[in-house]
Amino acid sequence: MNQASRLLSTYTADVSGVCSALYELGGLTVMHDASGCNSTYNTHDEPRWYDRPSMVYISALKEIDAIFGGDDKLIRDIVETARQLQPRFIAIAGSPIPMLIGTDFSAVAGVIEQQTGIPTLGLATNGMHDYLSGISMALCALARRFCHTPVATVGSHQPSVNILGATPLDFSITGNIEALCQAFQSNGYEINSCWAMNSDLDQLANASAAQINVVVSSSGLALAQWLKAQYGTPYFVGIPWGKQGAEAYFHALKQTLTSGQDGCFYTGIASQSSGKQVLIIGEAVNASSVKAALLLQKGWGNIQVACPFVENTSLLDAQDIALQDEKQLRQLMEQADVVIADPLYRRFRKNDKAQIFVDWPHEAYSGRIYRQQIPVLVCEHFDLWQKGWLKVK
Amino acid sequence: MAITKLSDEGAKIQIGKASFPQPFASGLEYAAPARGPWNIVHLGMLIPESHEIFVCAQSCLRGVVLTAAEMGALDRFSTVTIEESNVLTGNMEAQIIDGVSQIIEEMENQPRAVLVYTSCIHHFMACDLSLVYQTLRQKFPHIDFTDCYMTPTFRQTISPDALMRRQMYSLLKPLPIEENRINIIGGALPLMAEAEIKSLPHKNGYFVGELANCRVYEQYLDLARAAWNISFIPAAIPAGEDLQKRLGQKHLYLPLSYDYRQIQECLQKLEHALHLPAFDTKDKIRQAEHALEIAGKTVGDTPIFIDYTATTRPLGLARMLLEHGFHVAGVYVDVLSDEDKEDFIWLQKEAADLPLYATVHPKSGLLARRQPRNTEDKVLAIGQKAAYFTNTPYFVNLVEGGGLYGFDGIIKLAAWMIEAMLNEKDTREIIQVKGWGCCG
Repeated sequence: MNQASRLLSTYTADVSGVCSALYELGGLTVMHDASGCNSTYNTHDEPRWYDRPSMVYISALKEIDAIFGGDDKLIRDIVETARQLQPRFIAIAGSPIPMLIGTDFSAVAGVIEQQTGIPTLGLATNGMHDYLSGISMALCALARRFCHTPVATVGSHQPSVNILGATPLDFSITGNIEALCQAFQSNGYEINSCWAMNSDLDQLANASAAQINVVVSSSGLALAQWLKAQYGTPYFVGIPWGKQGAEAYFHALKQTLTSGQDGCFYTGIASQSSGKQVLIIGEAVNASSVKAALLLQKGWGNIQVACPFVENTSLLDAQDIALQDEKQLRQLMEQADVVIADPLYRRFRKNDKAQIFVDWPHEAYSGRIYRQQIPVLVCEHFDLWQKGWLKVK
Repeated sequence: MAITKLSDEGAKIQIGKASFPQPFASGLEYAAPARGPWNIVHLGMLIPESHEIFVCAQSCLRGVVLTAAEMGALDRFSTVTIEESNVLTGNMEAQIIDGVSQIIEEMENQPRAVLVYTSCIHHFMACDLSLVYQTLRQKFPHIDFTDCYMTPTFRQTISPDALMRRQMYSLLKPLPIEENRINIIGGALPLMAEAEIKSLPHKNGYFVGELANCRVYEQYLDLARAAWNISFIPAAIPAGEDLQKRLGQKHLYLPLSYDYRQIQECLQKLEHALHLPAFDTKDKIRQAEHALEIAGKTVGDTPIFIDYTATTRPLGLARMLLEHGFHVAGVYVDVLSDEDKEDFIWLQKEAADLPLYATVHPKSGLLARRQPRNTEDKVLAIGQKAAYFTNTPYFVNLVEGGGLYGFDGIIKLAAWMIEAMLNEKDTREIIQVKGWGCCG
């Protein structure tokens, strides 16, 4: 992205991604940053903050600590808090100033672990990358530390899945993850674990017991690759948005399960050059799954995904693009007949009443502002949502 | 550890056993979801026809962008994102100049003033900000630029809040002083018209200016005509001192207080400075006493909890309420100010069992709202954090003193306590709104 933005908002950063990923797991997560900087996370990036306590704190970094570069206070404060709260694990994530002064998070984590006996993860975020990178870093660190070889289980004949890359930043708390789990169960799968919503640390640690891993956002890809390398588990990318989408999705998922070859729901569902031009702005897997759901219906052919995360575009289809700057965004929006994006992108809407702008709020972009409007899109929910916006066009 | 087994040791202390000014050990910090106090974005937006440009890393930008979005002010807000490459190449000055220039050049209607906010990283890297602002002023001579700061790492030198309250007035330029004009400075919300430090000068022919009441940039610039700047919160003192030094406006600090004697002293200082006729406070004191007596009948023995975001003098308020027979059951405050000292000593002697509660202690968030409340164990909170931690719908939604001051402030606060006792509020909805009152 061009660094100067006249109109664009800002996506959640890596350090918040770490906190979001670890929120429900009973750990003590520390952002190494100045006092007050935690309010960004707990106000705009964490919808669970009010109702569901979690041990997420700020280190309250001061000028003097940064100048002298000593980590003693950081270590002492974390050790003291861990002694009082007895978390399952400790995670420390960085911000711009620790990066500038070269804080060695692995070393700090090692000292803390030595002093507390509690598994400690040092995560060298720096507040300059997007949340997907932070989630990915946190989930991989958790897996490396806690996942164990499968424990023999008795009973179920149903294949089980791990859902990878699920956080409120992409799925909010409006019911998408619950609906997603239900969709898997209705299609004959057991949920072995969900990384990381509605599962506890023990369930995550047992990830190797699953027959297949499902990547629901780009933040889950590195973990899927690690689990594949470690346990040979194949992975499948995508989300079953829409009724027709879900049918195709579970068909393709079954093929991956049978063949053991990794797969992707939306690759190969090609866009056409004719028809209304549709622009979808969002995270690669989410937006591409919306695109697939539309392409599988009649009348929608010319669809392009624009992904605002230049570092997390490997899961985009070849026809889709990484957004570079406001100028490019303006051009893309100028050409589109239909735009599906977070409402904050409405500011780029062309002066054309015929253009349909479909509000698809994204917690990692507009935070809590439009949370009540975040739709559930799993299976037939998507079709209901679509009917709603076709009605108002 | 199960939350139900967690003790409050370290997060709660009786005032008789507390140290001044730091009753609690410092360490990792929690942040409660009570968001009423204004931040540097809200305060900067008080300058009419201005545009804010924040130059920061993504993690720092996120909170301020969405502050602007939530207050419906994104059209007055832009960003320049610092990336690793800028840190490695050290091109911070060029990045600010180019980024800010690009943003301004893209605007259809250019603002009268641009507030450029730099962040901690610029200062650690010794970015030459003089060069930056000088260049921008040369490039855009029709725009007033000022330096603003999002530098929480430096909070012990000067808090970002106090720094912002100073910089809000930094665009004022020398103008002929008019002896019949005064300003009340530093507050986010305008003072109530009846507040004595506002009403007395007004009744005696003074024009009283306040930034929060400026609607166009010219009105803002006219604040430089005032002979006196009156501040009443500690965070506004640097602004008053700076204006005195730069513009020759005299500064008078009349601290917010709940102590009748101190209020009287402040009013006497005001009378002396502005040559006002002596104000007889007896009637106001009688009214304040009456208002507190009426409030006492409604509030009765209901436990009252106060927090530091409601007022800069939480201990002073606690003392005043205790002296009037109210049941003050706790004060939420992490650090005490010099202004609290006299009240701290009094409370240590006269109410040694009064609990102080930390709001940022790691246990604070886990202990909060453990008890569901019902009408049988009603508590009254004064302030949003107190309302959150005590889980009560009965609270006075007071942020930054709420525009209250002096005897009139006490009279109004007493009325608001009655209102809060009688009417449940939607605590969850209200306290999560950032910058309470900033959108009218």
